Amino acid sequence: MFHLVLVNLFRNKLRTVLTLLSVLVALFLYSSLGAILDTLQAASDSGSRERLATRHAIALTNFLPYSYKQRIAQIPGVKRVCTQVWFGARDPQDRGGFFTQFAVDNDFWPMYKKDIRIVEATKPQVALGVPAGQDPKLAAYLAERPACIVGVGLMKKKNWKLGQTIHLDGTIFPGTWDFVIRGTYDKQPGGTWDNEMLLFRQDYLVEKGLKGNELTGVFKLELNDKSQSAAIARQVDAMFENSDNATKTESEQAFGAGFVSMFGNVPFALRMIGFAVVFTILVISANTMVMSVRERTSEIGVLKTLGFSDGSIFGMIVAEAAIITTGGGLIGALLAKFGLEGKPLAFIPQMVIRWETVFTAIAIAVLLGAVSGFIPAWQASRLRIVDALRRVD
Amino acid sequence: MAWVDIRDVHKVYERDTQKVTVLDGLSLQIQEGEFVALMGPSGSGKTTLLNLIGGIDQPTSGDLVVAGTNIAALKGAQLAKWRSATIGYIFQLYNLMPVLTAQQNVELPLMLYKMSGAERKKRASFALELVGLADRSTHYPRQLSGGQEQRVAIARALVSDPKLLLADEPTGDLDRKSGEEILQLLERLNREFKKTIIMVTHDPHAAERAHRLVHLDKGVLTA
Ligand SMILES: Nc1ncnc2c1ncn2[C@@H]1O[C@H](COP(=O)(O)OP(=O)(O)OP(=O)(O)O)[C@@H](O)[C@H]1O
Ligand SMILES: [Mg+2]
Repeated sequence: MFHLVLVNLFRNKLRTVLTLLSVLVALFLYSSLGAILDTLQAASDSGSRERLATRHAIALTNFLPYSYKQRIAQIPGVKRVCTQVWFGARDPQDRGGFFTQFAVDNDFWPMYKKDIRIVEATKPQVALGVPAGQDPKLAAYLAERPACIVGVGLMKKKNWKLGQTIHLDGTIFPGTWDFVIRGTYDKQPGGTWDNEMLLFRQDYLVEKGLKGNELTGVFKLELNDKSQSAAIARQVDAMFENSDNATKTESEQAFGAGFVSMFGNVPFALRMIGFAVVFTILVISANTMVMSVRERTSEIGVLKTLGFSDGSIFGMIVAEAAIITTGGGLIGALLAKFGLEGKPLAFIPQMVIRWETVFTAIAIAVLLGAVSGFIPAWQASRLRIVDALRRVD
Repeated sequence: MAWVDIRDVHKVYERDTQKVTVLDGLSLQIQEGEFVALMGPSGSGKTTLLNLIGGIDQPTSGDLVVAGTNIAALKGAQLAKWRSATIGYIFQLYNLMPVLTAQQNVELPLMLYKMSGAERKKRASFALELVGLADRSTHYPRQLSGGQEQRVAIARALVSDPKLLLADEPTGDLDRKSGEEILQLLERLNREFKKTIIMVTHDPHAAERAHRLVHLDKGVLTA
């Protein structure tokens, strides 16, 4: 019986291949759109609900005085404050291969202990102590201004070695920047950071990039009690309300989402396009199936004469449609998964496609087959033998 | 009761608002092992009658007992099962599956039975041998002559060993020589394998092979 389904699939190879291809392209497209949504979602998910982020009220790209740190830290309930500045430099050896860099101050490390951990580090020449609360592996990094810590994923990608000096071309902060890799980190399970970033010292940025001006990008606040976060956020913003540089404070997660909201209604539009594509393919493949079954009307009459039941005829035709669309969908969705994942998307270093998105696409393909096969299968199963046979005469 | 017992069968087709009476109170008895030729002008209802006997169409009224089963009372799936066990159907235009080889076409009816692939193959090969086409088993219908196609179709009708063969103008599309081979084959199936055969034909020569001639005209039997 299955053999009969297969030979029918190969009866008109060109038609089968074209239908399969159209489903493949449609579901590749669908998965790609899903990938963009997934990537944006992942970007907005990075960041914890428990930390606060304070940025310039006017724009993300404006700097804030580093001196705010002291004043924020004095607010009751704030356990710790650190700073992060988006650096955005390029590797002259590999211009396309964008990766994330941040300048961070020393309080960053204890604050993000749960997200990243130092894997390997250069041993300092003389035994150096580290300030309380710092990972002893950071000794060499803390002792040298142009030092940096690099994610193990990035190390592998770039084929960098510990101790190596690397050169980056600044964009926001022009010039050639030299960094010495003094340690590597990996992401912690359940953490919100990936392992493909370069992290370096805030004071190096101030010295070389900001002409000695003590400025920074974003303050991250660790709280004693997360239930206080709304109140503390209000307090921070109130503190700087009437200064030249007013602030905007929100949860670290909302901060990430704000990043994504720059895309406005794009996610909704993408979803609509995805559905439109799938619907179009449904109509096309249903039409193709109806035609291909109609050509076989008399054969279906013969099968029924031989004693094949209406149900088995129905099943054969649905199976035929489902094989075509599932095949196309499977290839399309997996192509998107393995072809797009890890590739950069706008400012986001690597796209993510969740398996849920891939499986949804495949499920849609199966459904597509079932629905597009249903109409001709139903017609064929209802067909009376005498009418089916009469069509040849 | 006769083996095939048709009593007062009516078949009325409704075309738009018009009613066309094709069979008008027809009664016919056929004994097991008979070879019956059914003749009559075009449109007289021969195919319709054959379809009723074969259980691929239902009478408007009347009783139809075939091989001990009142088929007018059977529904859908039951009828399909009965057909596959009881009837071998031979069409004027062979109606083989173009995508299957001769061997696969003959195996097709056996798909409905639980049996191993090897068993299926064995039976189909035997049926092909019986019709003299063992050497053509891997050929596709388009690679066969009309007479050969019809012999494959006969093998397909035979393979599940049904008691009753129904043939609707089996030589209607063949030249004299190929038609003669088909008729000899049917005769042999009747004589050696005790198949009951009902054959529709326009050809008086073909009809001579039968034990009995039945004439149909305007939906009723005429001597
Ligand atoms: N499904 C149908 N719907 C309407 N009318 C039908 C249908 N099937 C058959 N008829 C009509 O019934 C009559 C008998 O048809 P049938 O096919 O039984 O004749 P026949 O004796 O086999 O003719 P032929 O020798 O040409 O094959 C014809 O007038 C035909 O048009
Ligand atoms: Mg006819």
